[in-house]
Amino acid sequence: MTGLFTVRNAVVVVLLVALALLPVYSAVTGDRFMLTLFTRIVILSMAAVSLNLILGYGGMMSFGHAAYLGVGGYAVGMLAHEGVVSGWVQWPVALAASALFALVIGALSLRTRGVYFIMITLSFAQMAYYVVAGIARYGGDDGLTIYKRSDFSGLIDMNSKTQFYYLCLVLLYASIYLVWRLVNSRFGMVIQGARSNDNRMRAVGFPTYRYKLVCFVIAGTMCGLSGALLANNTDFVSPAVMYWTRSGDLIIMVVLGGMGSLFGPVFGTVALLVLEETLSGITEFWQIILGPLLLLVVLFARGGIDGLLSKVGRG
Amino acid sequence: MTLFIEQCLNGLQFGLLLFLLAAGLTLVFGIMDLVNLAHGSLYMIGAYFAATFSAFFDSFVLGAILALVATLLVGMAVEVIAIRKLYGRDHLDHVLATFGLILFFDESVRLIWGPAGLSLPLPSWLNTSVQVLPGISYSAYRLAIIVVTLAVAAGLYVLVMRTRIGMLIRAGATNRDMVSALGINIKLLFTLVFGLGAALAGLAGLMQAPILTVQIGMGESILILAFVVTVIGGIGSIRGAFIAAILVGFIDTLGRAFFPDLLRLVLPGAAASTAAPALSSMLIYLLMATVLVVRPEGLFPAGTK
Repeated sequence: MTGLFTVRNAVVVVLLVALALLPVYSAVTGDRFMLTLFTRIVILSMAAVSLNLILGYGGMMSFGHAAYLGVGGYAVGMLAHEGVVSGWVQWPVALAASALFALVIGALSLRTRGVYFIMITLSFAQMAYYVVAGIARYGGDDGLTIYKRSDFSGLIDMNSKTQFYYLCLVLLYASIYLVWRLVNSRFGMVIQGARSNDNRMRAVGFPTYRYKLVCFVIAGTMCGLSGALLANNTDFVSPAVMYWTRSGDLIIMVVLGGMGSLFGPVFGTVALLVLEETLSGITEFWQIILGPLLLLVVLFARGGIDGLLSKVGRG
Repeated sequence: MTLFIEQCLNGLQFGLLLFLLAAGLTLVFGIMDLVNLAHGSLYMIGAYFAATFSAFFDSFVLGAILALVATLLVGMAVEVIAIRKLYGRDHLDHVLATFGLILFFDESVRLIWGPAGLSLPLPSWLNTSVQVLPGISYSAYRLAIIVVTLAVAAGLYVLVMRTRIGMLIRAGATNRDMVSALGINIKLLFTLVFGLGAALAGLAGLMQAPILTVQIGMGESILILAFVVTVIGGIGSIRGAFIAAILVGFIDTLGRAFFPDLLRLVLPGAAASTAAPALSSMLIYLLMATVLVVRPEGLFPAGTK
């Protein structure tokens, strides 16, 4: 926290402004692909921001975060399939469903810690995956096509790429703001205290289990919202969205960007997806490069991108 | 009744197979305190090696043995190159780094063997059925799996509990620094343990290969089940892994076979057939949740022997 004018903060401002101006760039150059790519980046950034709340600030190593992407997405998809297209119904249902799911998973998983927590969240997400894949009415393994996007008639035209992009971006910035307010509140202090020393926090008199559970549910709900956006973006939702490798991707985004930093997850998501896009342009076997790269980041760049930028600032 | 016994044997076979995977996971965790997601990749590699070698030498047994040795070597190489640098670090680092290894292995396999799956045909002497009880015949190959895995489990018990190297392994799990202070080459020991875990995973993979197709990603779905097994059994406990593996194998197999019928007794036909596949795949996770509510550290927590 040394002054406002650091290299890191400059990069953050540039990134935020660039994201806001992207549709303008896209309209001027006619590059529709950039807009499509960045809509995806913005939506997944939101998921990463929500994971960062529990992983980075709360120290809860959830390996099943993609499950909420699926729950939010399927809430939209299933309702659309049943003929309910109003966004005013779909989205609250998506939020409530992911909150409820997070409450159940969190209540069970938070009884454990460490590796158990990693494996249990992972297993519950896989359970959700298999359950959804088993429901034939909603497409099962093949997924569910959404023929009509959520309808916010009069307010937002979800079929307009630009309007949809700005909706996602506003929601992303709102969730970053929410996380910022949360972690700097008394609630956030308790959560971060529990990460450093859970026993001590309890000795001081905080029922950390309840605090962590609330935090877990907030993060799950936020991720559910980004799942609803994702389903609208692709007009499709399938069990693959909650497969455990997707949870792995989310963790990569958070760690690559910098855990427990406010804008880290956005850095990480932009970096990972742009890297994916670039590498897959070079070779079909791009994961053979990404895998070892990940290993190197873990071994040599622990603070992620945010950590590197802060280091540059200090000279 | 015939079906029931057959499914019980299938459950036993599947459970024992899960044990091979879970034993490696739990051994590596218990001794090196390492979460290894890439364990499933070693399972996959074992299957690919077996399919390749047995086609090349035209012998199932020779192929299997070579595949086992090759997986052991791959495991040891991975430990020396990458895993060794992760000891003593955060579990999140383990998760990320080994996730990177999965991407690397999956893609390497795609590069070497191509995206299409392989098949590993059984030799004719195994591709028969045997009378297990009067009137009940069972696949000879599955029976062979049961026999081999039971032998391996017994061998593992003897190795860990009755030999000098097993003593070192147990000592290393209790107090790493002390063991190395006493002049034991702990680095070499860790490499061996990781190789052993890899070989067990490879064995599970190559034995499963003739039943399923050998394909990319085959290790990932079973890895989750192996995780469930280690969590139920108590991470770090081989005995716990054994009991939990059998339990999960039985519940998963019998659940898939008979749960839909049971459900049909309670629910109307259409609803039952919609809900059954989803619910029967939930069973083992419900078991895990129940175990955790009662005992958050698993059935046999490693510390309390």
